[in-house]
Amino acid sequence: MNRFAALLDRLAYEPRRLGKLALLEDYFRTTPDPDRGWALAAMTGALTFKNAKAGLIRNLAAERTDPVLFGLSYDFVGDLAETVSLIWPADAARANAQLTITDVVEGLRETRKEDLPGVVANWLDRLDENGRWALLKLITGALRIGVSARLARTALAQIGGKTADEVEDVWHAVEPPYTALFDWLEGRADAPSVATSVRFYPPMLSHPIEPEEFAALDPAAFSAEWKWDGIRVQAAAGKDANGQRVARLFSRTGEDISGAFPDLVAGFDFDAVLDGELLIKRGGGVQDFNTLQQRLNRKSVTAKLMAEFPAFIRVYDLLALGDEDSRALPFAERRAKLEAFVAAHPLAPIDLSPLVPFDTWEDLTFARADPADAGAGVDADAVEGVMIKRLDSPYLAGRPKGYWFKWKRDPMVIDAVLMYAQRGSGKRSSFYSDYTFGVWTEAGELTPVGKAYFGFTDEELIELDKFVRNNTENRFGPVREVTHTKTKGLVVEVAFEGLQRSTRHKSGVAMRFPRFSRIRWDKAPRDADTLEALVKFLPKGAER
Amino acid sequence: MQPAQILQPRPEGIYCPAADLYIDPTRPVPRALITHGHSDHARAGHGSVLATPETLAIMAARYGAEFAKSQQALAYGERVTINSVTFSLHSAGHVLGSAQAAAECGGTRVVASGDYKRQYDPTCAPFEVVPCDVFITEATFALPVFTHPTAEHEVKKLLASVAMFPERAHIIGAYALGKAQRVMAELRRAGWDKPIFIHGALKALTELYQSLGVELGDVRHVETAPKSYYAGAIVLCPPGALQTPWVRRFPDPVTSVASGWMRIRARARQQGAELPLVISDHADWHDLQRTIIDTGAREIWITHGEADALAHWCEGQGLKAKALHLVGYGDEEEPAGAAA
Repeated sequence: MNRFAALLDRLAYEPRRLGKLALLEDYFRTTPDPDRGWALAAMTGALTFKNAKAGLIRNLAAERTDPVLFGLSYDFVGDLAETVSLIWPADAARANAQLTITDVVEGLRETRKEDLPGVVANWLDRLDENGRWALLKLITGALRIGVSARLARTALAQIGGKTADEVEDVWHAVEPPYTALFDWLEGRADAPSVATSVRFYPPMLSHPIEPEEFAALDPAAFSAEWKWDGIRVQAAAGKDANGQRVARLFSRTGEDISGAFPDLVAGFDFDAVLDGELLIKRGGGVQDFNTLQQRLNRKSVTAKLMAEFPAFIRVYDLLALGDEDSRALPFAERRAKLEAFVAAHPLAPIDLSPLVPFDTWEDLTFARADPADAGAGVDADAVEGVMIKRLDSPYLAGRPKGYWFKWKRDPMVIDAVLMYAQRGSGKRSSFYSDYTFGVWTEAGELTPVGKAYFGFTDEELIELDKFVRNNTENRFGPVREVTHTKTKGLVVEVAFEGLQRSTRHKSGVAMRFPRFSRIRWDKAPRDADTLEALVKFLPKGAER
Repeated sequence: MQPAQILQPRPEGIYCPAADLYIDPTRPVPRALITHGHSDHARAGHGSVLATPETLAIMAARYGAEFAKSQQALAYGERVTINSVTFSLHSAGHVLGSAQAAAECGGTRVVASGDYKRQYDPTCAPFEVVPCDVFITEATFALPVFTHPTAEHEVKKLLASVAMFPERAHIIGAYALGKAQRVMAELRRAGWDKPIFIHGALKALTELYQSLGVELGDVRHVETAPKSYYAGAIVLCPPGALQTPWVRRFPDPVTSVASGWMRIRARARQQGAELPLVISDHADWHDLQRTIIDTGAREIWITHGEADALAHWCEGQGLKAKALHLVGYGDEEEPAGAAA
């Protein structure tokens, strides 16, 4: 555990990608199986422990510490694992006892639920502060050390003299603790075999485009479609080496998210890999992201949840058909194959992302301004702009220049007044970094309309934190109420992607994706916007 | 006499009505007592200033000799009576010249401790326990997650990193007053006998420390030189300089910050510290408790920091505790400014 803890600790403080790679490579080279495999699984999020959860850690901490002090500490540190590792009463006599990551992983998997608190407490007593932190991070599953699955695979590729894509190819055929993978990388065995069609392909991403850039582009060389506001996924299905049907749903980073969408995956009656957007369709129309989120944020997938939030995939690219990799074909040809494919699979939970016809960039400008009128119809709430793709573009991993562009809808913007602040977590822990802001009602009072956690720089965060601490009117536990009168207070320009009616908010509206776009140190609160001005951003028909 | 008749909290700072005197006022006042030279406690523009000779020298170095209309030096242990209240200053162990202010009247003693620490510090006098009825304390690190390791331990960590990367320069962000000099003195104690390089912003106060008799060895100002000149070097700068192009002159720098906040990972990352050093000039959780018990005070006033946690602990000990929530202190603990 000490080695793994030291690796995590160094990764957490190493800002440079190359530095992280060197640390990972060194660890994989010098750590025996199965320790390194379990470490890899932990870092790539492949480990979950049924019985070991954050609640268990909280209970252990509550038994050993004063609950008020623990609460205040957790509020300050903003990270459960770190708080407990720091606050845990040290037992110097037992520290540094030998405990490997394999002992811990096996212990977490095999220990009965009722015995687990005792086992974990015993480990915490035996580990030093850093070891405790690593153990608790492992249990809570949120390592936050800046290692993506891709980075880990790149490090693995380096120890075996392979490319990251070669490692990617076999990734879904191997399982923790990955001894078959290390055997292959270190030349002791052949590559683990995986069916061609049931794999993840690193996705092709787009560049944002600004209106003035269109002059240099020929509209005849491009095709356009709506940019859907869902989650980017890959649907992969086919037969494995043993002839068994396999179906998987991957996130854009290659995580297997089939478990969260069994209803979808069950309908994959094809041999192909499709690129598309996961969306929710209800009452005839595609729902906006707020609705999708209600399905995403649930711990367990119940029949009720699946019925209430029926998911489907709006597909826009065909990456493989049967055993054939189609990524080298030009977009126009892939699109033709995709259209035929969708027509041939009427029962699969997929539909085709329609093209947006246009002759000139002006046409597209109008379409983007009013998607409902330009063909998106009842699905317009789920449109967040347009995608522009070169007809001759191959499907290339990463973000190649010049092929795909995204032209997002302009964000909506209002001036609001800072009302409350709370300490954040993660990177911004211990600073007042979660802000509640409000706008003026007709009665001349501020009503909270949203919360924002980002959109400011680190320097601005320090200023905001200072403002909160120097202008505190009231303390409600971790929340501070800051001065917000007509003349004294802080105005922030808030950008957001959409507004909808909400019964859960006192103001009656909820913003999507709100963030600070500017801090208006220069403005007096009385000059901030009103609720009346804000509701004008509601979709047509919902203003009332 | 009631303690509140001797000292009382006001928005400008702790106030003594009998002497018409503020302790560490955050706004200009006619008469001020300054506990130590950090800029959130020692501001320019007061009428008269009462402080230790070292603190007066630090203020003069920072603000110029004319930082107040008049100055009165009071050495540790000396007493001065203003109207009915007798004041004396006692070492706080925070930085050179730092003092606790004891105010006594009619057999009641109130001690305003300013910022303080109990850890060993080769650059200043150790903390003196002053028995009192009311103890006014800071609470910068008043949470049980803050247990500071020794500075010796942290400097060893630094030297191990220097040995591991002999081709790289180690740049340590340390507050210009106190922390920087303490790190230098600890490096010397750990046997580092090569030159220590400093950013221009540390020069004046470092020279002042040396002129007041603090031994720091061969300290050199960073000058234009080929990168290789600084291979294996230890360089100190204000924490804010770590995020500026200034660091690009050093070979593949390892950035470090010496501060009590480095105990919290997110804080370390926020400041871009690859090698966080938990070296603090403030008392940690255990030392705050130990100090409160040592003073024998039955009533504790908490000026700034994590007041709620410390007040909670005091109440558990049967002590009366009051959070003053004074605004304007602790600015030096900010990542942008410096480090605790």
